[in-house]
Amino acid sequence: MLTESFAVAFTILLTIATSLPLGRYMARVFQGERTFLDPLLLPLERLVLRLTGIDPAESQDWKHYARSLLVSNVVMWLCIFAVVSLQKWLPLNPDGIGNLEPTLAFNTVSSFTTNTNLQHYSGETGLSYFSQLFAITFLQFVTAATGIAACVAIIRGLGGDRQSQLGNFYVDVTRATVRLLLPLAIVVGALLVWQGTPMTFEGAAKATTLEGTEQVIARGVVAAEVAIKQLGTNGGGYFGPNSSHPYENPTPLSNLVQTWSIAVIPMAMIWTLGAMLRRQRLAVVLFATMLAIYLPMVGFAVAQEGAGNPAIARLGADQSTGSMEGKEVRFGAGLSALWGVTTTVTSNGSVNSMHDSWTPLGGLMPLVGMWLNNIFGGVGVGFVNMLVFIVVAVFVAGMMIGRTPELLGKKVEAKEMKLASLALLWHPLAILVPTAIACHVWATTPDPGTALGWLENPGPHGFTEMLYEWSSAAANNGSGFEGLGDNTPFWNIGTGLAMLFSRYIPILAPLALAGFLARKPTAPETAGSLRADSATFGFTLWAVVVVLGLLMFLPVAVLGPIAEHLALGSF
Amino acid sequence: MAEHARRISIWDPHIVRQAVIDSVRKLDPRVQFRNPVMLIVEVGSLVTSVIWVQELIGGTGSPLFTGQVAAWLWFTVLFANFAEAMAEGRGKAQAAALRKTRAETLALRLREGSEETVPASALRAGDVVRVVAGQIIPGDGEAIEGVATVDESAITGESAPVIRESGGDRSAVTGGTRVLSDSLVVRITANPGSTFLDRMIALVEGAVRQKTPNEIALGILLAVLTLVFLLVVVTLQPLALYSGAAVPVPVLIALLVCLIPTTIGALISAIGIAGMDRLVQHNVLATSGRAVEAAGDVDTLLLDKTGTITLGNRQAVAFVPAPGVTVQTLADAAQLSSLADETPEGRSIVVLAKQFGIRARELAAHQAQLVPFSAQTRMSGITIDGREIRKGAVDAIARAVEGRGGILPHEVRAQADQIARQGGTPLAVAESARVLGLVHLKDIVKGGIRERFAQLRAMGIKTVMITGDNPLTAASIAAEAGVDDFMAQATPEDKLKLIRREQANGRMVAMTGDGTNDAPALAQADVGVAMNTGTSAAKEAGNMVDLDSNPTKLLEVVEIGKQLLMTRGALTTFSIANDVAKYFAIIPAMFILALPQLAPLNVMGLATPQSAILSAVIFNAVIIIALIPLALRGIAYRPLGAAAILRRNMLIYGVGGVVLPFVGIKAIDVVLVALSLA
Repeated sequence: MLTESFAVAFTILLTIATSLPLGRYMARVFQGERTFLDPLLLPLERLVLRLTGIDPAESQDWKHYARSLLVSNVVMWLCIFAVVSLQKWLPLNPDGIGNLEPTLAFNTVSSFTTNTNLQHYSGETGLSYFSQLFAITFLQFVTAATGIAACVAIIRGLGGDRQSQLGNFYVDVTRATVRLLLPLAIVVGALLVWQGTPMTFEGAAKATTLEGTEQVIARGVVAAEVAIKQLGTNGGGYFGPNSSHPYENPTPLSNLVQTWSIAVIPMAMIWTLGAMLRRQRLAVVLFATMLAIYLPMVGFAVAQEGAGNPAIARLGADQSTGSMEGKEVRFGAGLSALWGVTTTVTSNGSVNSMHDSWTPLGGLMPLVGMWLNNIFGGVGVGFVNMLVFIVVAVFVAGMMIGRTPELLGKKVEAKEMKLASLALLWHPLAILVPTAIACHVWATTPDPGTALGWLENPGPHGFTEMLYEWSSAAANNGSGFEGLGDNTPFWNIGTGLAMLFSRYIPILAPLALAGFLARKPTAPETAGSLRADSATFGFTLWAVVVVLGLLMFLPVAVLGPIAEHLALGSF
Repeated sequence: MAEHARRISIWDPHIVRQAVIDSVRKLDPRVQFRNPVMLIVEVGSLVTSVIWVQELIGGTGSPLFTGQVAAWLWFTVLFANFAEAMAEGRGKAQAAALRKTRAETLALRLREGSEETVPASALRAGDVVRVVAGQIIPGDGEAIEGVATVDESAITGESAPVIRESGGDRSAVTGGTRVLSDSLVVRITANPGSTFLDRMIALVEGAVRQKTPNEIALGILLAVLTLVFLLVVVTLQPLALYSGAAVPVPVLIALLVCLIPTTIGALISAIGIAGMDRLVQHNVLATSGRAVEAAGDVDTLLLDKTGTITLGNRQAVAFVPAPGVTVQTLADAAQLSSLADETPEGRSIVVLAKQFGIRARELAAHQAQLVPFSAQTRMSGITIDGREIRKGAVDAIARAVEGRGGILPHEVRAQADQIARQGGTPLAVAESARVLGLVHLKDIVKGGIRERFAQLRAMGIKTVMITGDNPLTAASIAAEAGVDDFMAQATPEDKLKLIRREQANGRMVAMTGDGTNDAPALAQADVGVAMNTGTSAAKEAGNMVDLDSNPTKLLEVVEIGKQLLMTRGALTTFSIANDVAKYFAIIPAMFILALPQLAPLNVMGLATPQSAILSAVIFNAVIIIALIPLALRGIAYRPLGAAAILRRNMLIYGVGGVVLPFVGIKAIDVVLVALSLA
């Protein structure tokens, strides 16, 4: 346990330490300043901009920015829908994989366009190499870049003083892709190939096992896809079992590289904010506030998984290495717990263990990660989600110091509050209402097990399976709790819609909010104004996130994981 | 500050009685519609009551429990109504006091040279009336002829009469005030019903109360929280159904009411009305609630030097004799020249001279001829027993002395410059052609003002002193008073420019003013407090009027604005923080039958599921009543920096708001069990 805890602590420290220079690099990239990679990447960026006919000098206000974001996403959605629906006849399909059924295609395309990567298909048997590369991997780059672009635009809005321009969406997406994600993905991909992850266009390998039977071993363009899946908080695996598959994540070292890749850009984004707003202290406060939620979650999950499962212990199985059901021996309970928490707070969604098999309370942490969805969060969108809570915290704290509330010197008034409210309301709505519908359908269907075929484990665990699926869709996370028969029209269309709305409402509302704030004058900071970069404000923000999260989701937590945990004692 | 008859005790029996009646009357859904949080509680109460009746008739369920829940839900609404009615009642009491002054009066209207007696209510703007000693001024207006002393105590509570005269900055008169001596010809400027007094009454009564921008924004936050909790509770039924733990509807309603921010929802309008009310208690009238909020946001205060920072008059503080002249000689001459000088400066010279053993003398015994101050010579003095003693500005005395062949010694000139640099005014004294020396006149900074400015600085508010003095004098007084900045030789245009510049930098500016030439600046400022003694143009331009005409009041106005917002914020925080404990009371209670393993979640050890739910509902209702005094009085205000205030309030209302209900709910549970109510 001690070694594992050390490995967990080392991974976190390494990620935090490297996020700082990366964040500064990102700030330079998005502010058009010189960076050390310019000789290599600037020509590439110019080439892309020239080919696409984008005028880098053209700046957009929030409406134009939002329109560009939406239009490009709709176009991508349509193209990729066509690709996966026609992949049977497209090239690079050595294993002869068929087209996706329409509701599954809808779900899959919505999932990847929204940076969710919820997978109701199994990668190696559901998609051709062409689809993996040009549909999935392409979207994994571009949707991550979209999130980053939105965040950068919002940061510009917060820093604006009586101006309406937030930058150019296409330029930001290009820069995020070419100058951030691409170089990082190449490095991470190379490291993974070194550790044994395959990267080949050849079809599945055939091997004869010791028993003499023939085994088909899927492989393909894995390393490239895994690198960007982690860096872009995408999470959609090449193989069904995701990063617990030995080809996707072969060694403890590849596990370290991937855990780092999951969290580094979301963490760096906070430093980027600090650098772009020239408010380093604010970045420190935000970072610390997020850590103050993230670290206890990791600690709790590691402790729970490390302590083992009492139900299994009672069967006589040794639990000294922790609860190992559904976990990989090469990672162990501790690093699996770290991954599980990290992948859900960041809306990544890749897994290196099966969350379905976690202990009930340990398994509550990934749910909490998705319910909050703003602790570092998905690339770019993490801070965007946090902004909503910052607005609420600023509003309450601002009044408490005797001023009408200001966010970084800009008055927060009815219009801003409305937009923040929309985003604030949407998240619990997208989780609780569909879960309630699913529960209602299940509870009112006679013999639901055979009629619907959703749940393998009724009771609180089955409840958690459904709750997890909707949480994952609403948080644009994409991880699955499994144990849920989800490739049905109900789940395909339902979660597809949930992912789409949960992507665009929480981006567009804060984007508009930032647009409005940018137009307002910035009041100078005095001893009488609320300092968002103070420890007290950090605590206020922390309390707002924790209390609102608790109030929204405690009932479902009680009905699911907590009820399951408390029942463990009565076996 | 002056004594105020307007202070009303929090639990004034008349107001409480009326508020009780009003709180029932306010159950009207059309009234509740303004406040979505309380509307939901009312609907919940209604539904629970219906269920209770059904249970009573059908003999199903547990009518004792449902009945109690229904009763406490109704109490929640009634308590909220009571809070609002209390605040309105206090406003009405203020208004009634004001209205007394508006008793029907008769007016002497001047029309085409003749006078006619008409009731005051028949007067229209533009009419001209004569008001003689003993009469009540029939309406707001402007004195266009005459000088009179006026008793304005009806409005200001200040018993000392004030001077009103035509022309200049003291020409505005207020309806309902009484002329004590002489007479005035007044041009009426307001129609009946829209006079200053009428507007004031309407405002304090809350009749024309519009929600302020901050109230609207807070309303949105409260509405979205309500929606979130509605979502949580509505989805709970199907979720619970899956778990085989169907929850009775009254329990769901109880949970909903406990979760939605009823505490702040119930008190929000009371807080707003009470803020206005506190301002009235300070004898300041705001034209809108928005102005009160803006006062809390003020970053820059423009303060007139005279009257605000310094006492109105300069005083003699030292005699500085010329070379070869004794202090005694100078003091003697200065005293002689000031004996007949009734200006405060003159009197202060006589007082100072006394310290040098020079007693006041009877002028009648001497051959004395007074020389009054004239703008041409800029000197005054006395010719007594052949001695020609003059005092005046240094330059004027120098010219006069040189005209007689004398000379102003350069030492005296140097000392005069020295005095000016220190912020004083040098006054030269000469006898015939000989300069005797200087009197050092000094602006006296008001006691305690320096500390006030230090507090303001700690609160992040910048103070700017406005003065007509030269920069040297201004700088010295600014340093002595501890203001952050000053504007010397300021003209009204300079003031306006300064306000615009501050606003362009994103700052909110407050100022006081009384003259017509202050009107543009008053209108431009975010908070413009016009003095009641000022012109009606100034009063129209500002968004507040200080009935005491005390420019220092601006500081209190800022504090009241801040206190209003702080109260609102603190109670919002408290309201949300309370929910944590309520959850821990209700959630285990509602599922315990279907999921008995949840027993450990009952951290408060509440007796039964029913007692747990009832305790939470009762706490939720009672806390509203408990907080009414806080809402009306405002939370304790301390002039600290934002960081310290936030820390303090987060601790009290945030952390305290989490902890308190755990204790309160447990206590109520114990009582309920003791009374066998659950």
